[in-house]
Amino acid sequence: MSSPSSSNAPALEVDGLSVELRTRHGEVRAVDGVGFAVRSGETLALLGESGCGKSMTAQAIVGLLDPVASVTGGSVRLAGTDVLALDRAGRRKLAGPKLSIVFQDALTALNPVQTVGAQLAEPFRIHRKMSRKDALAKAAELMERVGIPDPKARLSAYPHQFSGGMRQRLLIAMAVALDPDVLLADEPTTALDVTVQAQIMELLRELRTERDMAVVLITHDLAVVAEHADHVAVMYAGRVVETGPVQDVFADPRHPYTRGLLASVPAKVGRGEELRSIKGGPPELHAIPAGCAFQARCPMVADVCRTDHPGLAETAPGRAAACHFATKEPAHV
Amino acid sequence: MLTFVRRRIVSSAVPLVVVILGVFCLARLTGDPAKLYLPLSATPQMREDFLARNGFDKPLIEQLWDYLEGLFTLDFGESLRTGQDAAGMALRAFPATLQLAGATMLLAIVGAVLIGSWAAYKPNSLADRLSGLLSMAAASMPDFWFAIMGVLVFAVTLGWLPTSGVVGGPEVWVLPLLTLLIRPFGVLVQVVRGAMVSALSAPYVKVARSKGASEPRVVFGHALRNAAPPVLTVAGDLTVGLVNGAVVVETIFGWPGIGKLMIDSILQRDFAVLQAAVLITAVTIFALNILVDLCHALLDSRVRQAVTA
Repeated sequence: MSSPSSSNAPALEVDGLSVELRTRHGEVRAVDGVGFAVRSGETLALLGESGCGKSMTAQAIVGLLDPVASVTGGSVRLAGTDVLALDRAGRRKLAGPKLSIVFQDALTALNPVQTVGAQLAEPFRIHRKMSRKDALAKAAELMERVGIPDPKARLSAYPHQFSGGMRQRLLIAMAVALDPDVLLADEPTTALDVTVQAQIMELLRELRTERDMAVVLITHDLAVVAEHADHVAVMYAGRVVETGPVQDVFADPRHPYTRGLLASVPAKVGRGEELRSIKGGPPELHAIPAGCAFQARCPMVADVCRTDHPGLAETAPGRAAACHFATKEPAHV
Repeated sequence: MLTFVRRRIVSSAVPLVVVILGVFCLARLTGDPAKLYLPLSATPQMREDFLARNGFDKPLIEQLWDYLEGLFTLDFGESLRTGQDAAGMALRAFPATLQLAGATMLLAIVGAVLIGSWAAYKPNSLADRLSGLLSMAAASMPDFWFAIMGVLVFAVTLGWLPTSGVVGGPEVWVLPLLTLLIRPFGVLVQVVRGAMVSALSAPYVKVARSKGASEPRVVFGHALRNAAPPVLTVAGDLTVGLVNGAVVVETIFGWPGIGKLMIDSILQRDFAVLQAAVLITAVTIFALNILVDLCHALLDSRVRQAVTA
């Protein structure tokens, strides 16, 4: 049992978050009642395939949705205060010192015509009203911390003069500049090669521990989740379908989608065997069927799945799955 | 950077030679100055004297040689009309044109950046549609018509503004400035809007917002500088148009600039003045183009690297 001390209260608590998109098919719900919680010093992975709504969830949390999307329900509580209820100025005050995000494509996420020094100094200039000189000194410290060689000299360099891995380090440095309580990382390693990927994940882990941040890691990479996350929330078609501690979920998945994902990891397949995949594709957002969104691809599908939407229900302490048969043993896939 | 400027100056030399030769030949196509300056009753002897006095009796190739020789000492000869130094006349007229062009572009750029950014901030909003409609109308407005209507309404009917001339207070600037302003302003609003729409949807804008940057900081600090290159290119081009194309406006409003001087010299077959005026304009336009390229380099380090490489 968790003690009621304040350090154990979640740093970030998302509850019933819904996001709707205006499309040519009308309003579609891209994120549907998503909820999860992360504590300081812990990492929660939001796991899912492209288009499942995980990035949009992150953007809704930090208030940076594209104009076609809007939050239609739910709450996002940062240390107890609902940030969705704040006005724009109120949210701006939190952006950086409390809540921060690392974007995926570091080349386009850095401003091509500003020096990296100016961009790294910006959080200090905005929130701490530092002088240009002091802010640049802070920026150099940050660059040093994230492992960029010769930081003072490189303050005046431009993003295109850095490698992909170094650019991602710069983005991370910018995001952690003001010691945020919560850090969202939206596929921070997608564009990088494997060795650099490992270094970046290691850097994020170090920073999390050193600054006691709560980290939400958005990814489609099962290996990254297994190695770097404490908890996982698996998303499918805009909903969380399974949550729990990573080890437990990976050892004994309770949702057929999670099971399918885990079975498709190549390492589990013997040499010469065909790679496993989940047949079919996720439903289009404007045509999500009644009942369970996974029904068309599910090996355990039954009549109830076509009529009733399974809610997220506890399957064991600290674990939940959104499946009518979450407690049943799986049919052989 | 200096090598870049030097290279651009050298590469401007060829078109400049073409201009120098072209204006010499074209000027002489306007007709025989003797017919214009001498009375109808002039005797052949008077005609020959006139031609000899002004050097028009020499073979064309020799006239060209004299003209080219004079260029090196900036001596364009004397005006047929006034007997004054041609280069001096052109140089005295030029500031009036530059002032008008400079004031126009300053207003056009500042206005277009504000209105264009405002339109781009929320694409397809009412502000966007309104500015799109108005800028389209402005960009398509024929300036001579606008000038004449302006004179008719504000000078003749209402009597608020003078019909022409430069004598008086700031009110003499209003109609010439507005006439010159309307088209560049309309064009630039559309260019700024287009460039800002794409700059504002770039990921680095999201990142800036994620750092808690205020909206003015996002729009003018992050997006505008990325949107600047196309605006700069078009603005440079429009300025060129203003420097040599102020002919219509200067003629209508009697503005004593280089455009009016050129028209008068053509009508008066005042070859020396025409040559001087055209050459000064051409050199200015080359200089403007180099300046625009330098601004590009100043705005973006990637361009800077490319030109210094």
